[in-house]
Amino acid sequence: MAEIPEHLLKRAQEARQRADAQKGGGADEAESAGSEAESSPLSQASSDGPKIPEHLLDRSKSARAQAAGASDRASADVAGGGASAVTTTPVPAASAQPEHTGPGGGTQRLLTVVKSGSIQDVKATPTDKVHVWPHLLVIEFVAALLVTAFTLLFSIFVNAPLLELANVNETPNPSKAPWYFLGLQELLTMFHPMVAGVTIPGMGLFLLMLAPYMDRNPSKKPEDRKFAISLMTVHLMFWAILVLIGSFFRGPGFNFVFPWVDGLFFDL
Amino acid sequence: MDSMQASQAWTSIFRPGSIFRKGYTDSPRNRSYVIMNSVLYHLHPVKVKRHAVKVSYTLCLGGLSFFLFILLTVTGIFLMFFYRPTATQAWDDIYNLQASVTFGLLVRNMHRWAAHLMVISVFLHMARVFYHGAYKPPREFNWVIGVILLTLTLLLSFTGYLLPWDQLALWAVTVGTNMMGFTPVFGDQVRFVLLGSLEISTDTLLRWYVLHVLMLPFVIVIFMAIHFWRVRKDGGISGPL
Repeated sequence: MAEIPEHLLKRAQEARQRADAQKGGGADEAESAGSEAESSPLSQASSDGPKIPEHLLDRSKSARAQAAGASDRASADVAGGGASAVTTTPVPAASAQPEHTGPGGGTQRLLTVVKSGSIQDVKATPTDKVHVWPHLLVIEFVAALLVTAFTLLFSIFVNAPLLELANVNETPNPSKAPWYFLGLQELLTMFHPMVAGVTIPGMGLFLLMLAPYMDRNPSKKPEDRKFAISLMTVHLMFWAILVLIGSFFRGPGFNFVFPWVDGLFFDL
Repeated sequence: MDSMQASQAWTSIFRPGSIFRKGYTDSPRNRSYVIMNSVLYHLHPVKVKRHAVKVSYTLCLGGLSFFLFILLTVTGIFLMFFYRPTATQAWDDIYNLQASVTFGLLVRNMHRWAAHLMVISVFLHMARVFYHGAYKPPREFNWVIGVILLTLTLLLSFTGYLLPWDQLALWAVTVGTNMMGFTPVFGDQVRFVLLGSLEISTDTLLRWYVLHVLMLPFVIVIFMAIHFWRVRKDGGISGPL
């Protein structure tokens, strides 16, 4: 019992009291005859249960009066008890079984209280949220605009390279892969091509995909992830340095050069 | 203007919440409608956590990668009008595009630089996600999708590299495909499938052209859809540190 919320208990208590009061009144009304017995529980219902609009109550009242009049005319020759039988049938709940009536004259009872956590898992916890429009969309729009402007300006001032027509008989020296593969090309100088070109990048990608399954540390705080962060930083720096060396420090014959001495051998 | 906005045609085009609709007011209801009733914006939830809109947290890198992809698609479609992927025509087409097509040089430049930029932004996005620990449960699988997207981005860039059919393209791709030829056991077969012949030729050009303009974009769009969908399903972007 202690688990039923306070406000529900209070509401049930009030409803019970009101039902008791109505029980006394309803018994009185059942004794009184004719149109008075018909109208009084209705007016009481309209005052207690404000959920039923006034015009609907009026309509049902007039309809009921009409029905009563019609049946009165039809059963004019029937014995006197007939009239009271007709008038009591439209309001069975209030007058016949008043012990089951709820606060509004309806027949609702509080059977049990189902706590929200027992049948559905409420995960939503209140968080500080903002509307995507305008807060996020404005940022995205500005970011997109800036990148477009940057690309446009850069493209106006720097042309994409277009060297002479491809010629399979004339190997340029040095021949370089696109910059993002220059790390791999750099590895070629140290390892067998199968290791440098397939095994190492393949393993790298594979381990990268497995990262979330190998890193079992649930914390996202940098201070708890020193090893993971160190490892990733070393990994990223490894590739960045290889790409930089391959791009700027490799000249003819893919030999090591200093770009400020021998110039750049690099096309984007 | 008022009568135009009240017309049936106007209201049928601009759904409730559109800022072009008559009587648009800045209400929470309309802010929600803007997102829900737009085919483009409804990638987003109606609301996001407050820290998720902090530029210093995401640096916009994921969104910018996507935007660069769109920019590349638009400029790429333009380039396709002037390009034929054969060894005898490709280089001339690019040369003529630069020399005689209005904005041809500019659009080609934009396509080239945006491509490099996209490789960088995808890479930085991955680094950002790692340092925030955003690959941890429940986002493990989306990280895997992300690594696939990185690989596809590199492949898209690499296949596009050959298309100008100049010395730079030919020999960069030669170096790259020679490396793939060292795949254990199937090396020669892998290289043949990639090149469409024993050496880089006009067959390679056609093959890489189709990969570049059709197949890889098709595949990457599917993976992007899964990626964005999982971002939503996994509870939005990861929390602050």
